[in-house]
Amino acid sequence: MPKVTYREAINQALAEEMRRDARVVVFGEDVAEYEGSFKVTRGLLKEFGPERVFDTPISEAAIVGAAIGAAIGGMRPVPELMTVNFAYVAMDQIVNHLAVMRYMFGGQVRLPVTIRMPGGGGHQLGSQHSHSAEPLFTHVAGLKVVYPATPADAKALLKAAIRDDNPVIFLEHEGLYNSSGEVAEGLEAGRIGEAQVLREGSDVTLVAYGAMTHVALEAADALASEGLRAEVIDLRTLRPWDQGRVADSVARTHRAVVVEEAPPVCGIGAEVAATITERVFDRLDGPILRVSGADVPLPYARQLEQACIPHAPDVVRAVKRLMQGAW
Amino acid sequence: MNKKELMRAYRQMYLARAFETRVAEQYTRGRIGGFCHLYTGEEAVAVGALWHLRPEDYVLGSYRDHAYYLIRGGDPRKAMAELFGHSDGCCKGKGGSMHFCDAGMNFFGGYGIVGGMCPIAVGLGLAAQRLGEKRVVVCFFGDGATNQGVYHEALNMGTLYQLPIVWVCENNQYAIGTSVPRSSAVESMSRKAAAYGMPAETVDGMDFFKMQSVSERAVARARAGKGPTFIEAKCYRYRGHSMSDPATYRSKEEVEFWRQRDPLPRMRAAIRHDFEAEDREFEEVEAEVGRLLSEAVAFAERGRELPVERLYEDLYVDEAAASPTSAGPA
Repeated sequence: MPKVTYREAINQALAEEMRRDARVVVFGEDVAEYEGSFKVTRGLLKEFGPERVFDTPISEAAIVGAAIGAAIGGMRPVPELMTVNFAYVAMDQIVNHLAVMRYMFGGQVRLPVTIRMPGGGGHQLGSQHSHSAEPLFTHVAGLKVVYPATPADAKALLKAAIRDDNPVIFLEHEGLYNSSGEVAEGLEAGRIGEAQVLREGSDVTLVAYGAMTHVALEAADALASEGLRAEVIDLRTLRPWDQGRVADSVARTHRAVVVEEAPPVCGIGAEVAATITERVFDRLDGPILRVSGADVPLPYARQLEQACIPHAPDVVRAVKRLMQGAW
Repeated sequence: MNKKELMRAYRQMYLARAFETRVAEQYTRGRIGGFCHLYTGEEAVAVGALWHLRPEDYVLGSYRDHAYYLIRGGDPRKAMAELFGHSDGCCKGKGGSMHFCDAGMNFFGGYGIVGGMCPIAVGLGLAAQRLGEKRVVVCFFGDGATNQGVYHEALNMGTLYQLPIVWVCENNQYAIGTSVPRSSAVESMSRKAAAYGMPAETVDGMDFFKMQSVSERAVARARAGKGPTFIEAKCYRYRGHSMSDPATYRSKEEVEFWRQRDPLPRMRAAIRHDFEAEDREFEEVEAEVGRLLSEAVAFAERGRELPVERLYEDLYVDEAAASPTSAGPA
């Protein structure tokens, strides 16, 4: 299988869906002539022309609002917001309009909008360019939230998102753009809402998503060298999320650690932990632990920023505490 | 315009007025909940602005939305049922007064966030333009919306992409209880819009003829692909901001000044001036609308509530994506 980067995989998904369906349009800040601030939209203007790939002013709220209207009008917009931090400027359009309109109009509209946005920390971009906003979006009924960890999932799930008739928040991790992985020729659309067991194990279940999936895999390797078998589940989709697959795994391993880049308060880990206790409480041998991002705005200085982001040794320590009953 | 057309315009204005009177009655009886904003006094704005539209054109606006829905041809029975929160309302009772919608007639809502509908109008215009359709978008908002950031973003984009939009600013002079001089650095909404490079005009929104005339030019311009137009309709709402607002911030003299400019008697006088028209002809129109509205109230009274079991419907197109957890009350 050919190896492609996460960036190329997303670009391929966009181009293939645009070829497949003339109603798919891409717009956002610097996505056309500049080919995207992260170069994800490279070549799209040239192939599809300015009617379907166009630059917008720096107006995040209006970008999302325009996507809503265009979707009602029969298009399948795939706007890009330059980073998740800028999505906060558009939060009213996302939460108060996009997410609720189908419901409050009694099912009369379909909103096939996929909003792509890169996020996550690790690049010394400071407090206003490094957020992990996934818990905020996941909180909102009416949205679907996807956060792929690998090039293959990025491609398959973006294709699924664009074909979905519901609003989808498609999160991309800036630290993964240059990562590469195998992507099958002619890879088809994936299924939103399905987690994947990336590694089987019987001692503990590590639940992760996005960049943290790789941290969990690295931790599982380290644990294996000490004789501990960790199962690693990549959620891939945060709303709706695959409760069944996680609960089944924890029922077998009896222990769970959730790894999340976002801060812990009201976060993905909290949701996963609560659901596990509701579904398989009597199978647990200990509390569900969270390894989360630090509960501060991300600082600029490298050593401070790195201290905010979970790393494999943090996960290993959490698993050992759990195994030793030392929580 | 011939007499028949003018009588049709009068009927639309009277329907919008009389519907709100019935709504106020039902609200006072406790049959309608939540916030309820009445259009009373502003009828000439919507009837005039929508006069030249075709069925395929898009309309959207603020939460003061009953009139848009009715003027576009919405069923008063479904409107009243929506206010009662019943399943045969225009949004199955999930929207309420602020969120009327009828996709079948291209009326895409009633929005509760001031200015929030403006970029959605941009998107509808984009779709029409890029799909090669000859549709026009009419977007209503109040003077208060012109102080919102997203409003300015939307106006800028509308002209930037030369979209087929008619922006209709209903300047009823109050953003809830804050008057324009107390909230806007520039009191003329058309001057304020001038920065966005399109024709912008202030007209007497209490006058149907002036409204329909300015909108005729704006709609033709949009349909010809020449871009957006801004209309500031100077108008007045006779009631408070909503049913729960006694409007004590306005003087009796001010209200009386605008009562003298009531668009309905003006319309009757204009028709009489140009054509032979007897009182009986207006009375017949009013009686016909009255019967329609009595039937609407009766229909709403007979209606049923949506069963709570259907609470999660309409959230996602694929219903399975809505997954009530054990933590939900339902």
